[in-house]
Amino acid sequence: MRPGESLPHPAAPFLGFARLLRHHAFAIAPEQVTSFMQAITLLGPRSMNDIREAALATLAPSPDRRGEFEAHFRAYFYGDAKPAIEGEEDDETRVKDDRGTREEEKQTIRQEKGGELSSALEQLSSRDFQRDANGLGQFRRKLSAALPARRSFRTARTRSRGTLDLRRSLSEIVSADGDIPSPLLRRRQAVPRKLLLLIDVSGSMKLHTADYLKLAHAAVQGADSAEVFTFSTRLTRVTSALRIRDRGQALARAAALVDDWDGGTRMGPTLLAFLSVPRFSAFARGACVVILSDGLERGDHSDLETAMRRFSARAFRLSLATPLAGDPRFQPATAALRAILPLLDDLVDGSSVGSLTDFILSLARPAPAAETIWKRVS
Amino acid sequence: MTSADAVEVAASPEAIAERLAASRYLADDSLATAIFLAIRLGKPLLLEGAPGVGKTEAAKAVAELLGRELVRLQCYEGIDTGHALYEWNYQRQLLAIRHAGEHEIDIYDDRFLIARPLLQVLRAPEQRVLLVDEIDRSDHEFEALLLEFLSDFQISIPERGTIRAAKQPIVILTSNRTRELAEALRRRCVYHWIGYPDAEREAEIIMLRSGDVAEATARAVANAVQEIRARSLAKPPGIAEAVEWANAATILEKGGSPWPQAFRRAIGVLIKDEEDLSAIAPELGRIVEEALG
Repeated sequence: MRPGESLPHPAAPFLGFARLLRHHAFAIAPEQVTSFMQAITLLGPRSMNDIREAALATLAPSPDRRGEFEAHFRAYFYGDAKPAIEGEEDDETRVKDDRGTREEEKQTIRQEKGGELSSALEQLSSRDFQRDANGLGQFRRKLSAALPARRSFRTARTRSRGTLDLRRSLSEIVSADGDIPSPLLRRRQAVPRKLLLLIDVSGSMKLHTADYLKLAHAAVQGADSAEVFTFSTRLTRVTSALRIRDRGQALARAAALVDDWDGGTRMGPTLLAFLSVPRFSAFARGACVVILSDGLERGDHSDLETAMRRFSARAFRLSLATPLAGDPRFQPATAALRAILPLLDDLVDGSSVGSLTDFILSLARPAPAAETIWKRVS
Repeated sequence: MTSADAVEVAASPEAIAERLAASRYLADDSLATAIFLAIRLGKPLLLEGAPGVGKTEAAKAVAELLGRELVRLQCYEGIDTGHALYEWNYQRQLLAIRHAGEHEIDIYDDRFLIARPLLQVLRAPEQRVLLVDEIDRSDHEFEALLLEFLSDFQISIPERGTIRAAKQPIVILTSNRTRELAEALRRRCVYHWIGYPDAEREAEIIMLRSGDVAEATARAVANAVQEIRARSLAKPPGIAEAVEWANAATILEKGGSPWPQAFRRAIGVLIKDEEDLSAIAPELGRIVEEALG
């Protein structure tokens, strides 16, 4: 029996509404649809408003997207004009994960497509290899210990400095027939937080992307929990390419993966696309998120603001490293930067690998919010 | 009052709104519907909203309307099973072993088990309502643990086996949205976003909640608070603060301050952030004048 066949005919529109919402990237589970229909049955429904209330309560759109949800509801059930959101569908940001496509990508390196870029990268990496190698090598070794830690929910046995593990001690006593051996201790483990690097590879960042990727490679090598994405007009996950130990190879593979080198900047929409993939946005939860970008958003910056707000709600610490801040006269004066400044924990200089590694290694130390620092400067 | 049959109480959203009003909680249609659906569908109710919009109060009112005891689990960073589920009273166990001497003793008896909120509710689902307050403050490991509890309503104690709820308990979760909750948790719940009420409803709430505030004062406070919330403040005033402001101004007025001045002098109970205070200070006089009409 196909699903839907057993349903009475009048129930079909509700299924259709859930399907419409899914089509517009609302995450709606089958069990939510079931409770949506149960709710409608329970409520009567006596009016359209009952259906609306049932939809709001059971399909649970997030408050940020409430307006969009209402627009879809009106369009679907009242047949209003199609909501304006639909028009944007064409330029939906493409998201690419390097897993699964790897075999295919491997070949393209040898073919014409990525060749030029990767050789350019190799040139860059060989040019100042000597100087970088020391700095980044040190960075790689120090990183894992330098990342901020969180206390895990799990406890581990320990010989000193812990609380009494009464549960284990007691079972020990019981098995020893009431004899009291030395008490066992336990302590909550400290786990390093995740590090998420989002690298802007658009045209305006051309001078820095090669350096940033080398830094990202060192980060992935140094910390188990680091994730790296690149973005300009699209979003690409390059973490597993960077897992290769040899830097030249890793960078060449990453370079081949990224299709939008030196493209335009669509920072807001791409970051939103990142957040809309649940597996990706889980990387940001409780993590140190470092965005390496000049923050130059063309046109409307409301998307960027929304994305940053969501990031700051998820992340442990949200930082923006911009090469522009290398200039001592730099001020966060553009409209986009001014709008996101209150959401940032740090706004730092990203003009050189040295300043960036220093910053990332200092993530565990508390610092005043970006807004406070930059207000004082201006 | 014995615990009323939940289905009987929750006959319709209107019946719930009425009973909530009797427990001095004014709910709008949407919240009453969400409570109705949560009770009837047997799902947990997730309330989200800015601080001070009355999420915890709503849970208290629901417990009162069902005639049940409210068991509150306040979340914080680092909360673990020992605080949420159960713990053995090890000291007593050890004493009991000493005491028993040669006799056989069951040290995993009920008297050695300390029931924490989740277990308390499982044991008497028809007499208790569980409130998991400010879930956004806990770590995500705890969220996962809660997820398991909320889907099966059972707790496994290795020494005792699995304890299941005889009936599905009523659970209310609240979140201030300082971080986003896992999708799985939202999915499993009936969801309601509590916003700030409009001026008229807020005036009603102020009159219901405060001691002896005149209707005109309540209206003026509601209007002024709406106006203040429209500005971008670090901490917009909640409903509780508005009620306190009305109370404080009334007391000052009885002490001899004329009206606009009484409001201005009592502003400290409404806005509790230094930067917000200095931002609003130059306009406060005008806002109060306008609100008084």
